[in-house]
Amino acid sequence: MRAPAIVLLLAPLALLGQQAAKNSCLDCHSALDGAAQRPSLLSKTDVHTVNGLGCADCHGGDRTSDDPSVAMNPAKGFIGKPARTAIPKLCARCHSDPDFMRKFRPQQRVDQYELYQTSIHGKRLASGDYTVATCIDCHSVHDIRQVKDALAPVHPLRLPETCGRCHADSQKMAKYGIPTNQLADYRTSVHWNALKIRGDLSAPNCASCHGNHGAKPPQVESVAAVCGSCHVPFGQLYQKSVHEPIFSAASGGGGCIVCHSNHAIHQPSTAMLEGPNAVCSRCHDPGTPGANAAAQMATWIDGLDSSLKQSEAVLTSAEKYGMEVSDAQARIGDGRENLVKARLALHSMQLSEVKKPVDAGMAIANETLRAGQAALREKDFRRWGLAVSVLLIGIAIFAIWLLIRRIEIKGGHWRDAGAPVPK
Amino acid sequence: MDQDGRQGCCGCEKSREALAGGAVASPNSEQSRRSLLSWLVGGGVAASLISFLYPVIRFLNPPHVTEAAVDEVSGGKVADLKPNSGKIVRFGSKPALLVRVSDIEWKAFSAVCTHLNCTVQYQETTHQIWCACHNGTYDLMTGRVVSGPPPKPLEEFAVRVRGDEVVISRRA
Amino acid sequence: MKAASWLGERLDLSAVRELIEHKTVPVHSATRWYYFGGITLFLFGIQVMTGILLMLYYRPTVAEAFESVRFIMTRVEFGWLIRSIHSWSANLLIFVAFVHMFSVVFTHAYRRPRELTWLSGIALLGLMLFFGFSGYLLPWNKISYFATKVGTDVAANAPFIGPAIARFLRGGEDVGAPTLTRFFAFHVMILPLCAAALIAVHVLMIQKQGMSTPPWLSASSVRQMRFFPNFFLRELMVWYCALAALGALAAIFPWELGEKADPFASAPAGIRPEWYFLAQFYTLKLIPSHVLIFEGEILGILGFGLLAAAWAALPFWGVDRLGAARTRLVTGAGIVMVSYLAVFTVLGYIK
Repeated sequence: MRAPAIVLLLAPLALLGQQAAKNSCLDCHSALDGAAQRPSLLSKTDVHTVNGLGCADCHGGDRTSDDPSVAMNPAKGFIGKPARTAIPKLCARCHSDPDFMRKFRPQQRVDQYELYQTSIHGKRLASGDYTVATCIDCHSVHDIRQVKDALAPVHPLRLPETCGRCHADSQKMAKYGIPTNQLADYRTSVHWNALKIRGDLSAPNCASCHGNHGAKPPQVESVAAVCGSCHVPFGQLYQKSVHEPIFSAASGGGGCIVCHSNHAIHQPSTAMLEGPNAVCSRCHDPGTPGANAAAQMATWIDGLDSSLKQSEAVLTSAEKYGMEVSDAQARIGDGRENLVKARLALHSMQLSEVKKPVDAGMAIANETLRAGQAALREKDFRRWGLAVSVLLIGIAIFAIWLLIRRIEIKGGHWRDAGAPVPK
Repeated sequence: MDQDGRQGCCGCEKSREALAGGAVASPNSEQSRRSLLSWLVGGGVAASLISFLYPVIRFLNPPHVTEAAVDEVSGGKVADLKPNSGKIVRFGSKPALLVRVSDIEWKAFSAVCTHLNCTVQYQETTHQIWCACHNGTYDLMTGRVVSGPPPKPLEEFAVRVRGDEVVISRRA
Repeated sequence: MKAASWLGERLDLSAVRELIEHKTVPVHSATRWYYFGGITLFLFGIQVMTGILLMLYYRPTVAEAFESVRFIMTRVEFGWLIRSIHSWSANLLIFVAFVHMFSVVFTHAYRRPRELTWLSGIALLGLMLFFGFSGYLLPWNKISYFATKVGTDVAANAPFIGPAIARFLRGGEDVGAPTLTRFFAFHVMILPLCAAALIAVHVLMIQKQGMSTPPWLSASSVRQMRFFPNFFLRELMVWYCALAALGALAAIFPWELGEKADPFASAPAGIRPEWYFLAQFYTLKLIPSHVLIFEGEILGILGFGLLAAAWAALPFWGVDRLGAARTRLVTGAGIVMVSYLAVFTVLGYIK
């Protein structure tokens, strides 16, 4: 990444340049009040300012002149406050120009405007709806920060909130007829939990599935591919399963979200297979082969989970007694892997595929349970052994005590009185 | 015991009477009591000694099992793994991934994915190490993360070929 | 006994016969404290025997130490018993050695002509502590690694010679493989040889000079019990009790394995040395980092050194010009010492 280094090296020069090359916009506007002053205050932290760009690079005009009529002269290119519908094109003037962007960051993408035009936002803007999101609604304006800057509105942790500014506002969404529960749902999801609480920045936010500049809800045919881009084996199994064509033909979105929801994605469990909140029973009536298969899978998986937990409990109890059971405890890890594989396998919707890891896992659970029970038996053996030796020691002590009593009854253990005694 | 230390009998009244000529235990029962006591002492001491010696003797007998893995583990025979394939080997309490890159080159890494601890695997088609849980990919030659969520590279182990056996060990 | 007379024809066993026939033990209110020397010796014997057994399976290298101890605990028959007895007995041994020392202080047995017995005893106590310190590292687990690090760091703070001592102990700049090799050599050869010599001196002197009678009793009028067989049988009972206690501790509270040491990991929270070093450790923690122009830790170590030297010199300042014990002074000093050790050990634990 040489560009930032070069910029860093050049920055002092740029400062010199700035001091030498005037920015009359800032000079005047920082002396004003209210809305006219705001941009000059915000722009100090703007990524463009840091890279040596100034107000005139977007708004046009002449930054060298203190005379407002010259500085803000349309003949010098001054455009004032651009219309919202003109904003994306304005940004794209630089951001879609690879030769220009190469001066600052050669790796940066230059297709944002192109993607934006394919998005719902872009299309609506083009038809004159200026209330939809433009560049500055997500990226802010005058204090634009890089995506990786924790204060940027498009930082992974803040992006959902930014999207939610419109998409969770029922008044704004009323005219489009779009629901506004996505943000609230997403906040209950495992993905948000991973982002916010575990701090895993690789977890998906709105843009990960919907795209950012080309934002569009994934269509039915894309859902499994989108989820499957991270959850690869699940996607692969699902694509080959009987559900794929059925879900694809259904209305209201298909693929993974039929069972797992799109935004309110919660930690899955066997409660999804069987029970009052099961998703399978939404389509499979009780007694049908599908329902039976789901119930069987739930039984197997729950059985494996509880068997592993039982083994773990026995091993922990043996460990508390001081027995060395670390090998068996490590083996439980293998058993847990089989549990994970079983949960994966059920996405093939085939009992035979689920049975394999379940059987392997149960074998491990039994093996470790036996190891734990053997350790507990060994503990008992040790305590019995201790009891026996303490008993024998007690007998020996008792016998010696009797012996002492016997030999001392006659008093022969006292030294002759008057014999020389050491000091 | 006698209070003034003189030779004589103890403070037990019965014994005093006995010595004074009262009801005296017959020499035979006295003898048998003495031998019973000797037996008790001898037996008690001997039995307790045996209960100490028994574990010691069993201890001296070396166990049959070979030792568990240390900082070094056998990765099996050279012939077991074909070039461009990998297998999971238990290293201590965690899994390790052994990959035969070519006829003569071997690589070994910790198989615990640095994202959420799933077990990684070798992908023969892409020559990369891959984690099935969330599509994390690692570079085969360095263990560094290529794509996906894993935050850290995989710990690399040293691999040596000893005769016809592959040996994996922790790097110094 | 035929064997005895066979040997007697070839060796001069008269001294042994003398001992068996004439050795006596004074009987008074403090007689029970005479047992503690024997218990210390007995536990030391247990350590030697279990230590030899452990050496049949232990491997003193960084790669294999932990696993070999694990092997002993899990695969060797009764390995758990031998190892747990060795670890418990080590702690009991040091505790009993302290009790023995303090009983000597409070019965004033250090006075003339037993100064050498006292000095060899103090040296033996120091050896036992070094036995404990060196042996503690051998399982090479996290706690023992860091305890050794802390301990050698403290030693490095001794004035002038500190860094040299630390380097000598560690076999290098840091605790590592050379340290383990060295500590193993200390623990199984160097220290046992020194201890054997000192024990021989200590025990021989006792046989030659007999048991000391406390100064508040008249030596000629106090009752004497024959050592053999009477006192010896009683000692046997006490030794059996100690053995039963060790067995119970080993079976019910087996010594734990811990986790294998990782020099690159950070120290576990609340790391502290074994209990017999806790009082000094806590004292060092209390000393401010700088006292006037001196570094606190260096002052602390100097202080301990001086205290140890003064304590060793007890037979010389604890008696008056006539050789009689300064009972009030020494008893007072003893009480202060016991209290200091007890209180600061407890404080070191709970803080």
